[in-house]
Formats: sequence, C-alpha cells, structure tokens
Amino acid sequence: MTKSELILRLSEKNPHLFQRDIERIVNAIFESITLALARGQRVELRGFGAFSVKKRDARTGRNPRTGEAVEVAEKFIPFFKTGKQLRDRLNGEEQ
Amino acid sequence: MTTDPTTITRADLSEAVYAEVGLSRHESAQFVDVILDEISKALVAGEQVKLSSFGSFSARHKKQRVGRNPKTGEEVPILPRRVLMFRASHTLKERISAGMKGLPVPPASTTEDDE
Repeated sequence: MTKSELILRLSEKNPHLFQRDIERIVNAIFESITLALARGQRVELRGFGAFSVKKRDARTGRNPRTGEAVEVAEKFIPFFKTGKQLRDRLNGEEQ
Repeated sequence: MTTDPTTITRADLSEAVYAEVGLSRHESAQFVDVILDEISKALVAGEQVKLSSFGSFSARHKKQRVGRNPKTGEEVPILPRRVLMFRASHTLKERISAGMKGLPVPPASTTEDDE
C-alpha cells in the first residue's frame, strides 16, 4: 500500500470528506512526525509504535573494496519500535 | 500540547490535523486513529506500506530459535513470530539530520519513488 492507496482507502470509508482534505491530513500527520523527530523529540503513538532518533557517533570506517580509511561523520538515524497492541495483532492475538 | 517537551503523542498529531482542515477537535482525533488503524490493518494483512518521503513498513517472519534467559542462563525457545520493520526514506533521514545539526529542515521531496 502506497500513500496514494492509503488516501484512496480512507476516502472510500469516509465519503463525507474530500479526498484532497484526506491527503492534506495524511501529509500533515507525517510532516508533524518528521518535524518532531528533526527537533530530537520522540513520537509515541500508543498501540501503534514509537519513533525516536538515535545518534551514531562519528567513526573511522573503511572502504570495503580498497581498505582505505574514511571518516564517517556523526549521524542521526530514525528508529521505530512497534507498539504492543500492533505486535500482538501481527501475531494473530486480538487486542 | 504535551506536558513532556521531549515527546509528542496522538494529541499533538490531532492538533496538527485540526489546524489543517475544517474538522472538529473530536473528528481530528478520531481521524488520527483511523489512519493508524488503516496502516495497521494493511500490515496485519501482510502488505508492505510505503509512505513516500517518510519510509516503509513491512512485516517479517522470524523463525523459531533458541534464546536464553539472561538472568538464569536457562534455554527457552523463542517461538516463530512476525515482526515489523521500518525503513526510513532518504528524505526522512536527511531532514532529521539537518534538524539535529541545527540546520533548517528542507521541505519534503515530492517525488513518489522515494519511499
């Protein structure tokens, strides 16, 4: 399912809303999550999961082909931890 | 919105929805749940969910393996199960990196192929 398919499914189930509004809502949600993460905040969505940002320190890496040492700058990586309810649903247990 | 400045929750997302279109606060909160539920349903049904400029979620099957109780050292079987994988898009990683380094966060890319 892509974002456009998600919007389509949502608009089928919510005929009282304009599809373009649903699109704006979906975008607003993921934009809010992104901007929160970019501020270093955690995004906790009970039952679904939690997004957070993890820091990867700068390190000296190696080009695996040439063996040459390369400096890798510090990085910030988004991380998702599945919520308990969704984890249970994935494994066929009702919430 | 939240009392904890380090964390945002569904309440903050519904506030963002409320500000975006002419829904009531109650409807906005409901719609956040509806969206997360639609995504969850697709994942439970085994679909991959690709959200352009954000990332993709997919469920992966894990085989049974032998684990160990770290406290007692006792061997316990870890049953086969499905786990969720989240793969952040390049756009998401770049935007987070910029923000965390104190740089302006670039706008989201509009290309559909970036999952």
